Amino acid sequence: MKNEQGKPKKYGMVVDLDKCTGCGACMVACMSENNVPFKADESNKRDSITWMRVYKITNGKPFPDTENCFLPRPCMHCEGQHGHSPCVSVCPATATDYSTETGIVSQIYTRCFGCRYCMGACPYHARHFNWWDPVWPDGMEKSLSPNVSVRMRGIVEKCSFCFHRYQAAMDKAMMEGRKELEESEYQTSCTQACPSGAITFGDLNNPKHAVYELKKNPNAFRLLERLGTNPKVYYVSSREWVRRAGDNYIKGEWENKQNAKK
Amino acid sequence: MKIDRRSFLSLGVGFGAGIALSPLPWKLTDDSSIWTQMWPWTPVPERGESRYVNSVCTLCPGGCGISVRKVEDRAVKIEGQKGHPVSNGGICLLGLSGLQLLYGPYRVKYPMKRREDAKRGQGKWQKISWDEAMSEVAKKLGDAKDKTACIMDSDKGTVPQLFKTLLTGLGSPNFMRTPSVEDSFELALLKTCGYPASAGFDLENADFVLSFGAGLLEGWGAPVRTFKANSLWKDKKVPVIQIEPRLSNTAAKSDKWIPVNPGTESELALGIAHVLIKEGLAKAEVSDSFKKIVSEGYAPDTVARITGVEAGVIVGLAKSFAAASKPLALCGRGKGATPISLNETLAVYALNALMGNINQEGGLFAVPQPDYIKWAKTNSNASVSKLLYGKDASLKALLVANANPLYSLPDTQAVKTALDKIPFIVSFSSYMDETAQYADIILPNHCYLERYEDVPAPAGYHKPLIGLSRPVVKPQFNTKHTGDVVIAIAKAMGAELPYDSYETCLKETFGDTWEAFQKDGVLTADFTPPAPSGKIELNETSLKPVALEGESSAFPLVLVPFDSMRLSGSSIGEPPFVIKTVDDTILFKNDICIEINPKTAQSYNLSDGKYARLTTPKGSAKVRVHLYEGIMPGVIAMPRGLGHTPGFTGNDKYLAGKGVNVNELMGSAECPDGLNAAYGIRAKLERA
Repeated sequence: MKNEQGKPKKYGMVVDLDKCTGCGACMVACMSENNVPFKADESNKRDSITWMRVYKITNGKPFPDTENCFLPRPCMHCEGQHGHSPCVSVCPATATDYSTETGIVSQIYTRCFGCRYCMGACPYHARHFNWWDPVWPDGMEKSLSPNVSVRMRGIVEKCSFCFHRYQAAMDKAMMEGRKELEESEYQTSCTQACPSGAITFGDLNNPKHAVYELKKNPNAFRLLERLGTNPKVYYVSSREWVRRAGDNYIKGEWENKQNAKK
Repeated sequence: MKIDRRSFLSLGVGFGAGIALSPLPWKLTDDSSIWTQMWPWTPVPERGESRYVNSVCTLCPGGCGISVRKVEDRAVKIEGQKGHPVSNGGICLLGLSGLQLLYGPYRVKYPMKRREDAKRGQGKWQKISWDEAMSEVAKKLGDAKDKTACIMDSDKGTVPQLFKTLLTGLGSPNFMRTPSVEDSFELALLKTCGYPASAGFDLENADFVLSFGAGLLEGWGAPVRTFKANSLWKDKKVPVIQIEPRLSNTAAKSDKWIPVNPGTESELALGIAHVLIKEGLAKAEVSDSFKKIVSEGYAPDTVARITGVEAGVIVGLAKSFAAASKPLALCGRGKGATPISLNETLAVYALNALMGNINQEGGLFAVPQPDYIKWAKTNSNASVSKLLYGKDASLKALLVANANPLYSLPDTQAVKTALDKIPFIVSFSSYMDETAQYADIILPNHCYLERYEDVPAPAGYHKPLIGLSRPVVKPQFNTKHTGDVVIAIAKAMGAELPYDSYETCLKETFGDTWEAFQKDGVLTADFTPPAPSGKIELNETSLKPVALEGESSAFPLVLVPFDSMRLSGSSIGEPPFVIKTVDDTILFKNDICIEINPKTAQSYNLSDGKYARLTTPKGSAKVRVHLYEGIMPGVIAMPRGLGHTPGFTGNDKYLAGKGVNVNELMGSAECPDGLNAAYGIRAKLERA
């Protein structure tokens, strides 16, 4: 579906790392919106299912010159070249797909049979495998949302940019005879919750949406851009060491890149 | 027909190729993935009509507006309430996970009494009826009379007033509020401004922020509001200077982090005041006695020696503070779960006073205590330290409501000993928290999403404001509103109360404003603060850094607790979603990690991930070492908010037994004004 400008929609995020405080509200907003399960011990972060995870990065300098920064990591919804995102390319079950309508990388749980190729292909650790059946303590299943299906053992799950919210917003728009969504009609749960307003979400192709301009900030960068994943999550930081942490550089390469910019 | 080897093999290959080319394998994989996902134990949430109910979150003193999404009669999501004056749409992770408290296994489902054959804390309970429970409590309180005490996390609002009325009826003045930085603020404001007031900070309008250890991004004040102010500061390029020994999230996001020797924040503030006065940078007058003390004893060089901050930096700080048009100095360690010394509060107050920003836009406000509860006849308050640990502590009954002293007060063992001396403890907790486990009888309150309650004065808010918390769902269990229980007990004891139920009490308290209050969920009032007097009198007997418990020869290190948004650290235990966000450098499996500078660790031959035994004069714990460059050498930091003890249900594996409660290792260091100003404790570390 095309918007007024004739370009297809391309939903994405711009995260202001100067504002992100690492409070973790986005993580919990995501978990409670998307029926994400939990276990007794979640300290092994490799099997802890977090569609949105806030990483803490450091400049590596000794006391007292140490600096920290927090980096929220949802699914990057990579576009790759023409929708060939790393995970979509390897899925043998067509359980994950790139939507040219919205730019969202989907995950269809009932098609996934748990081969986990996509997890190996994803350079961002954005995908999680259900090693166990989810268990809610007696009574707590009352808090589950009917808008997102509960996953089960043996399948892979990941951030969907709260696609069910997009569907609900589109349904409402259709009922009102509209084909366009206002920016505020479709926002992800993490964006809505962030008490610092660090996350901005919208259609990267739509000049009326805030992300359209924000992504052009000279301090904006994406993670591991040079892999050609073409991610749709942008980060903005005024600190150089943070921008540099967005990719792996060999000695002198970053400096050359900075000089070339000038 | 004879089947020879050749035809057998070709048939086999033919079959194989045929099946592989047919849709059968793909259909089977697809089906098997579907079949293996249709387990009866995987819940399928019921669909239904969806709507939103607004309320106020009471999980911390912030008083944020929440908007709860319901599907039929189930609450399925908590979101921030747009347009709320405190939080305007934002919400923190604890607020977001509130449904796990509502529906979780921690709830106390009916009134319970400790079994006669069981000791306190053994977890053996018998179910009793509400009538039995209340008449037993009434009888015991009748016997205890003026030896009854009550402890709560707040002393404002109708429910604390009902408890006070009950106590007054018994002739007891023993109403305690769990100690926090509010105590320091209130005492300091009473002494300087001369009227009972809470501290409010006009964060949004300040244009220079100097924070003496206030965990602005760790949960200080009303957390969501502070976060929003922080983002506003980023937009407006307002400088934020964070002074504390550890690189906290606040320090990491500030424009400048100034590590200071632990516990010397007040000296640094006085050093800055010295420069302001000496260089003629002050914009308002303060009392001569203050000026004299500061001019004589707090020259930058002296302060540099004490605090470890270079003299040049102190002068620079003072100059940039004075150059701003609306500078604001803040204090309160971390979230503010512990008090700070009166002198430290006064020192920081003085910086604001010298800049003339008391009760001014962008400044510090002395917000008068709410006085809308006209039926309240009492305002008695007692000190926890005297009543619980004092020499002549002789309480006969203790009522515990919206508080968890056995977990949240420092020196757990001393609290336990104090509770052991009290023959009758009643808990009104909705959850099986530590103090509830240690009670004799539990009269469970409705969960915060099931009840009405007025929520006055959000922490640190600079205008008078009352929020209304209201039922979002019907009570899930056989619980009763504590307000109703207290009214019933007070009536049984013969106290004079014009109300029969809590709801009428609340409605009539608000009288004509009730309708509007119901509709908007908040009530605000105008107030014109009086002009400040400039009176600041430091307590000269305690003008030296707080002495921590322990000999430095035996305990060469200093242990400080640290707060984090991801650990509530208060009377409420963390729900599973919150625990899930805790980094593995804070909690690893069930081990708590301590932060230590690599240099310090090296001298103990400890590397990252190694186990060590941490000992303080109060206790000892096995800990995992996490090397962190963001902490001063010689200081160890330990997270506050872990180490909850298992409740009775056996279903709380999500919270219990994880790490250590830092309060087990903490002691106290009282300043002469009765505030516990201990910012840490001396400690030693050994390889384990």
